[in-house]
Amino acid sequence: MTTMIHVENVAKEFTLHNQGGVRLPVFDNVNFSVAAGEALVLAGASGAGKSSLLRILYGNYRPTSGAIAITHGGRQIDIVSAVPRTVLDIRRRTLGFVSQFLRVIPRVTALDIVRDPLLARGVSPEEASERAKAMLARLNLPQRLWDLAPATFSGGEQQRVNIARSFVDPSPIMLIDEPTASLDANNRNVVVRLIAEAREQGSAIVGIFHDEAVREAVATRYLDITDFRKAA
Amino acid sequence: MNMQVNPQELGLDPAPLLSVAGVSRFYGERIGCADVSFDLWPGEVLGIVGESGSGKSTLLRCLAGIDKPDEGQVLFRGGTEPLDIYSVAEQERRRLMCTAWGIVHQNPRDGLRMDVSAGGNVGERLMDNGARHYGKIRETALDWLQRVEIAAGRIDDRPRQFSGGMQQRLQIARVLVSEPKLVFMDEPTGGLDVSVQARLLDLLRVLVRDLGLAAIIVTHDLAVARLLTDRLMVMKDGRVVEQGLTDQVLDDPHHAYTQLLTSAVLTV
Repeated sequence: MTTMIHVENVAKEFTLHNQGGVRLPVFDNVNFSVAAGEALVLAGASGAGKSSLLRILYGNYRPTSGAIAITHGGRQIDIVSAVPRTVLDIRRRTLGFVSQFLRVIPRVTALDIVRDPLLARGVSPEEASERAKAMLARLNLPQRLWDLAPATFSGGEQQRVNIARSFVDPSPIMLIDEPTASLDANNRNVVVRLIAEAREQGSAIVGIFHDEAVREAVATRYLDITDFRKAA
Repeated sequence: MNMQVNPQELGLDPAPLLSVAGVSRFYGERIGCADVSFDLWPGEVLGIVGESGSGKSTLLRCLAGIDKPDEGQVLFRGGTEPLDIYSVAEQERRRLMCTAWGIVHQNPRDGLRMDVSAGGNVGERLMDNGARHYGKIRETALDWLQRVEIAAGRIDDRPRQFSGGMQQRLQIARVLVSEPKLVFMDEPTGGLDVSVQARLLDLLRVLVRDLGLAAIIVTHDLAVARLLTDRLMVMKDGRVVEQGLTDQVLDDPHHAYTQLLTSAVLTV
């Protein structure tokens, strides 16, 4: 299968300039690859750096050293050194991030939030609406909420809007951080199925899941971050 | 393995719209801004953040053709040939400023004609650009008032009869009606109530995306920067101390000053 992510010698250390220049080493010498159709689950205790690694893969955190080749439009591009508009293009077409939290924008309705990635990829407004509605229905978000801005939604409802947005048109690479934290068992199973479907369609998945049942249902492979823990 | 990709190869726009090299402005001994260089591509939104007095408004005035910098160059590629905006004749720079550029001032009074009707404020820009057919001008003005959520019935009212938020939306309509390629905004939501701010921000976000505008936005509000901008420059004492993708700079700040700014934000 095609390699979608290739991580080479990545290290991360935070320097807190305003707290006496304290340096917090996170990990060092991280090397791994993820192929299309794989679901790699990051393991390791809380604080081991799982979320930091996921953010580095997305180009959100900048590693202290190392390179990350992302397969984008048929070629490998180092997201660490790419210029901002290349990173944005990679995110638009190849790289999706599913966070635990929805970043609510005032006045934007749940339906528009879910439609947005489809529109950005050139899908017609009618088709985008149909697909967005189907996804919200699948995640059991009550129809009366679709035309409301999610600022007043419960945590679980916001999380489902976020998931719908990410899975309405799964990216070739999906980075997933705790998507089921505040969901009930029924919706958790929907999410597990959505992830499996994206993977079967060829998406490469890298995720963090604290729920053991979810982890086992999703993973095709594990990577323990603790192995890269810098000896402090 | 060669992984350095020229964005052109991805079908992204070939030439920058604005190229800024070594721009400095001094007020006597004091530094307004010093040695600022960057490129801006079509469709990109750049935020300039920093506290009061950090030089961000001075820089914006240099970039927007209002104040000539003491050193450096600002190149604009609106047509085929890049144009050095401070070496062309005053007249040509003026023409550029009212056709290819738009400036949204912090205080709408600086960008509006207060004794001309709302429709006139918008229509005037079209006439500056050569429109002559009264019916069409009014029709376009009406369309733009509605896009910025000003009721059609207010078209003949003067801006002084509008609230601050409405004046700011009217200013935005006046700027965008001439379909500029590049828009400069100085604290576009400054001085507005939070609820009015939210509405204006959403409007700006949608307009910038739908029109594919390039924009440079000066703000001290990091939430505004996160919502509206793709890239961020952080200024302190007239110099750029850190720049990059907006979410990188805000989520993983490297410079001491950026760390201070991002950690000083109160979350509600």
